[in-house]
Amino acid sequence: MITLTIDGIEVEVEEGASVLQACEAAGKEVPRFCYHERLSIAGNCRMCLVEMERSPKPVASCAMPAGNGMVIKTDTPMVKKAREGVMEFMLINHPLDCPICDQGGECDLQDQAMGYGMADSRYQEPKRTVENKEMGPLISTIMTRCIHCTRCVRFATEVAGVPELGAIGRGETMEITTYLEKALASELSGNVVDLCPVGALTSRPYAFQARSWELSHTSSIDVMDALGSHIRVDSRGNQVMRVLPRNNDDVNEEWISDKTRHAIDGLRTPRIDRPYLRNAKGRLEEASWDEAFTAIKKAIGKAKPDEIASIAGDLCDAEAMFALSQLMDKIGSPHKDCRQDGSVVGQQGEGSYLFNSSIAGIDDADVIFLIGANPRHEAAVMNARIRQNYFNRDVKIFRLGAEVDLTYPVTELGDDARLLEKLVDKGGPVVTALKRAKRPMIILGQAALRRKDSMGLLDLVGQLAKQVDLVKKDWNGFNVLHTAAARVAGLMLNFLPGKGGKPTMEIVAGLEKGNIKVLYNLGADEVDLSQRADKSFVIYQGSHGDRGASQADVVLPGAAWSEKDGIYVNTEGRVQYASRVTFPPGDAREDWAIIRALSAAIGQTLGYDDLSSLRQTMTAAVPTLAVTDQPQSAKLGKIGRRQAITASPMGHAIGAGSGVSFYMTCPISRASVTMAECVKAFELNDKAEAAE
Amino acid sequence: MSTFVTAIRSFLLLEVLKGLGLTLKYFFKPKVTLNYPYEKGYLSPRFRGEHALRRYPNGEERCIACKLCEAICPAQAITIESEPRSDGSRRTTRYDIDMTKCIYCGFCQEACPVDAIVEGPNFEFAAETREELYYDKEKLLSNGDRWEGEIARNLAADARFR
Repeated sequence: MITLTIDGIEVEVEEGASVLQACEAAGKEVPRFCYHERLSIAGNCRMCLVEMERSPKPVASCAMPAGNGMVIKTDTPMVKKAREGVMEFMLINHPLDCPICDQGGECDLQDQAMGYGMADSRYQEPKRTVENKEMGPLISTIMTRCIHCTRCVRFATEVAGVPELGAIGRGETMEITTYLEKALASELSGNVVDLCPVGALTSRPYAFQARSWELSHTSSIDVMDALGSHIRVDSRGNQVMRVLPRNNDDVNEEWISDKTRHAIDGLRTPRIDRPYLRNAKGRLEEASWDEAFTAIKKAIGKAKPDEIASIAGDLCDAEAMFALSQLMDKIGSPHKDCRQDGSVVGQQGEGSYLFNSSIAGIDDADVIFLIGANPRHEAAVMNARIRQNYFNRDVKIFRLGAEVDLTYPVTELGDDARLLEKLVDKGGPVVTALKRAKRPMIILGQAALRRKDSMGLLDLVGQLAKQVDLVKKDWNGFNVLHTAAARVAGLMLNFLPGKGGKPTMEIVAGLEKGNIKVLYNLGADEVDLSQRADKSFVIYQGSHGDRGASQADVVLPGAAWSEKDGIYVNTEGRVQYASRVTFPPGDAREDWAIIRALSAAIGQTLGYDDLSSLRQTMTAAVPTLAVTDQPQSAKLGKIGRRQAITASPMGHAIGAGSGVSFYMTCPISRASVTMAECVKAFELNDKAEAAE
Repeated sequence: MSTFVTAIRSFLLLEVLKGLGLTLKYFFKPKVTLNYPYEKGYLSPRFRGEHALRRYPNGEERCIACKLCEAICPAQAITIESEPRSDGSRRTTRYDIDMTKCIYCGFCQEACPVDAIVEGPNFEFAAETREELYYDKEKLLSNGDRWEGEIARNLAADARFR
């Protein structure tokens, strides 16, 4: 520990801390532009100048390591004058266009010019102008406003791993550029907008939409992937205007993916805002709640309990799944599944489907073995964490699956599922590395878990885990990377086939053959029901007019994720509360309330009338859901079962080559115009280039 | 003595005569009342009347949708929605003033960085229904077009003091 004095206050900071951090520890505010906690130190804005004893000149506190016995002053006339000078230089070439700037009202330069600058400008000469750069559909640039802090450059290079941003020229001719006028090909590119302390980089979809002071802020949880990133949703009236990250060191640090940030325009259209009923001509027709419930009652009444099934989708909150699960139990149907993609994990103990090491645990791992996982597109923010660890601590990373650029070097083993068999039988460099590692990690992607031979793969992974001592006393290296926000909650709630129950694929087959007559589809839009028998009856409850609704006989309007209070559990078992931001449109209701109302209509009344009593019942049934905001892990029992592995490519669940675009994974992102533009800009262009 | 004088005064109705005298005096003095609406009084260039949205001489609307007037309005009478215009510039798609909420404080024109929203010299905009007093962008711009001459003159007259 280092002890130094700041404005007469003695503080202790850790070895390697900067003077600026020491000042913060002493509660002194130091203005800064280029310094950012999560980026490397550049020291080029000079705004953080402070006075140091025995130094004739003021020093840049962000770049000055704290030393024992230093005496720092932050409120002397010398510091004031230095800051005023720096600010004056900063404003020389900064245009005075705050009224038309989107950063106006939340601009670091505005605030600090008020706090530390001079009242008047002495500059009479012409200002410089800089040509705007093309940065794709998410970022609009007004480069004249740039103050060259290089935060965006450092972010792109260090965190996002796409060194496509840089500064060219010196002094007054310095410009930030993408070199080739190409969009920033990163899933995290939206974060440079947050990082930019001025209005040089602003959000293009949000351009000129609202001012920071007219928005109301709601802290919530993201559902676009299974990480459960902490977000702040800004709304005006009954409209979600934008999504910003909240700081959470254990999950998303300070970043969110572009899908999280920009898919929100999909919340507006095409929404289901009233119940629909399929008429005699086979068209969906507007109906009242009573008509819809009567039709459902009739269909459920005609079917035997064994002929009724339910599937829950990827964006469902735990409450809705719990209510539906209880309703199905009351009806007596064992056929329920929350794994619409046909994944096999869930019935072999909590340890078999959680990200046991926790996301923060990646910071401790020394060897990571990815099996059928593409973290870059399946959990973009987590990929940045793996990348940081690769460069900071030299973590060894191996991968079995389709080759994809993860923004850091990976030892690719190949794309054949049978390679895993070979590894278990004969060993190899991966096995040796995992054996030697103190904290080995295996990350299983969804691509490995939804194959016909997945049980066999799991069995092999179980054997491998024993061989390499994956689960130690203080370390559990078995991890499943989920891609659906609802999945872990569904598994915890045991929204899974009961005794003699059918999983998703068999339910779908049953609908085609006719031994399943009624399906309750709770927001599952990825299942293909187009071949179902004419006599079958499908109830769809959800928020968007996507595939699920078009294949249903009754459509019930549910609230989207931002329109209800709900519990989501992320891939590491962290139970988190998402909050309502706006109200659902039209007749749409919260999902659990619809199920509760329906239960009364069909004479199987569920025993709760409000959300809190539902939550009480739910946490009583599943105590793990009562532990909030903590990663959970469980002992790895026996997983999988012996099964022959077929020779087929492993692939990955989301991203190039998988058939699923990173930008379009759920009904909300598929409905988003911004996401469609991203697909056009990033993925179609890539394909065109590859074709050339 | 004083009782006697008071009695005489009351008897002769002196106060009434004095009052009638004053009335007579003003009967011959020049009149101060105006024959409104045929005659109108002097208005200061700072007079804060009906709002108007101004244009530049080339016809381009001044308002850039910075929303400062909306933010400062103490009565929250202004509602603005904005988006990029086809040429990429920042413009309003909606600029509403609820004239029944407005307290005519003039903060909006003080806040405006481009002198777009102004309170003009017109005070004769009484209406028979409330709906007529919910001004939209079109109405405000047409106000601006109609009053531009006087507004510009008033702004020029007051420029020294701003």
